[in-house]
Amino acid sequence: MAASDALVEIRGLNKYFGANHVLRDIDFSVARGEVVCVIGPSGSGKSTLLRCINLLEQPQGGTVVVNGEDLTDPDCDIDAARRHIGMVFQQFNLFPHHSALDNCVLALMTVLKKKRPEAERIARGNLERVGLAEKMDAYPGRLSGGQQQRVAIARALSMGPDLMLFDEPTSALDPELVGEVLAVMRRLAGEGMTMIVVTHEIAFAREVADRVVFMDGGGIVEQGKPSQLLSDPREPRTRDFLKRVLKPAESED
Amino acid sequence: MSSPDNGAAPRRRLSPRRRAQRIRAVQYAVLIAVIGAAVLFADWSQVGRTFFDPGLMRDTVAHGLWRALWNTLVYTAGGFVIGLVAGTLLALMRLSDVAPYRWLATIYIEFFRGLPALVVFMAFSLLPLAFPGLAMPWPPYGTVWAALGIVGSAYMAETIRAGIQAVPRGQIEAARSLGMTSGQAMWQVTLPQAFRIMIPPLTNELIMLIKDSSLVFIVGLSAANFDLTKFGRAAANSNVNITPLVVAGLGYLIITLPLSIIVRRMEASASKGR
Repeated sequence: MAASDALVEIRGLNKYFGANHVLRDIDFSVARGEVVCVIGPSGSGKSTLLRCINLLEQPQGGTVVVNGEDLTDPDCDIDAARRHIGMVFQQFNLFPHHSALDNCVLALMTVLKKKRPEAERIARGNLERVGLAEKMDAYPGRLSGGQQQRVAIARALSMGPDLMLFDEPTSALDPELVGEVLAVMRRLAGEGMTMIVVTHEIAFAREVADRVVFMDGGGIVEQGKPSQLLSDPREPRTRDFLKRVLKPAESED
Repeated sequence: MSSPDNGAAPRRRLSPRRRAQRIRAVQYAVLIAVIGAAVLFADWSQVGRTFFDPGLMRDTVAHGLWRALWNTLVYTAGGFVIGLVAGTLLALMRLSDVAPYRWLATIYIEFFRGLPALVVFMAFSLLPLAFPGLAMPWPPYGTVWAALGIVGSAYMAETIRAGIQAVPRGQIEAARSLGMTSGQAMWQVTLPQAFRIMIPPLTNELIMLIKDSSLVFIVGLSAANFDLTKFGRAAANSNVNITPLVVAGLGYLIITLPLSIIVRRMEASASKGR
């Protein structure tokens, strides 16, 4: 892909937690409109990589360029840059003291300085988009995990992001609630949203992703089209991981 | 400890429920003995006259109780507001990235938490010695508010810090990922949740301040500015009877009991919102 249509451009990214070297010289880019799924064993650094893209984690080396702006530059207005990068967390992280609607309205008013009526109009539209028109006034505590995660997606979408980051969005959900969240994400991908999804849902990656990235030990081991990587991986580590994930009952250790 | 070793214990022990039954019986016996002793040995008519003289009660209520109650409320409210604002500031300083701020806040908190409120009031009333010409605004309120605020803020700072730290990290991350500045995240997301967590301990501190406001007598007051305690004591002294002090004590309950009820309601509605 040409550099010009890359929305995310990461070069030489290094991240340490103390002495622990969690990201090792990562080069990674995502084109506008592309849906990338990042898979890998726990501790492989995939969530940290995602969190470096909106600088929730501060990398020690390398550059992260989003939308042509170098976020690692100390002069970069990181708050302004984050407005265009939506993030969805494993634990939803909804604001428990606000209704579903106000969860979406809050940043529209405080960050984008919208007036209340306009903020509510945008928020309603996005809650309808994730199928929660009836739950607008409910507080997060009254919603199921799946509904909470859809509110979280609506909250991120309300800011009108160019890029959506999903950090294991279905890992905290009961199995029967995973489908409704994946359906929203699938629709979003179909609408052309640029998405980076850290996930364990191999079936979702196979169906929705344009590209799958396999990470292990703080580095990208292999990446490619889902049909190739998930069915016929080149690297033994990828093959081993997929075997464990797809056929957990047959694992030997 | 008391578990039988393989059933080899020779002596039969009481079952836990039997033992609890006997302990309860002993507790009731002690209570009855104490009440019996009080009934037998105290001169109740004398106690009644000195503590609960009905005529003097009416007199106390009619002559200045409400004024004193109001003064206590005003002293406490001002001190609490100053304490809350300063306490929030101190809590933020304790959580600051700038190390000297953390040190300063820690020193302040440890100093004023360790000091009796009485000493702070004394120091405040003597402050003009160090700063000749210093005049606190709105005498005597300025001095009382400042003294109560200083004592209260040291306690409240620790409560507020604990409340802020009890808000999960993910909340701040969510706010920041939406583009909020760290200040906006603090005011819009962290503090509203932290204050909910802090309601019960802050109420305790408010009640403590209400009681500490009784120390205003050190500042030196004219009769119109008497708080409940000073008012009750003056009336008790002039009548040589404890009744006015009992009435003043009941005045404190008039403040604190509704407060407890309101706070319980707030907690209930806050837990609904979560």
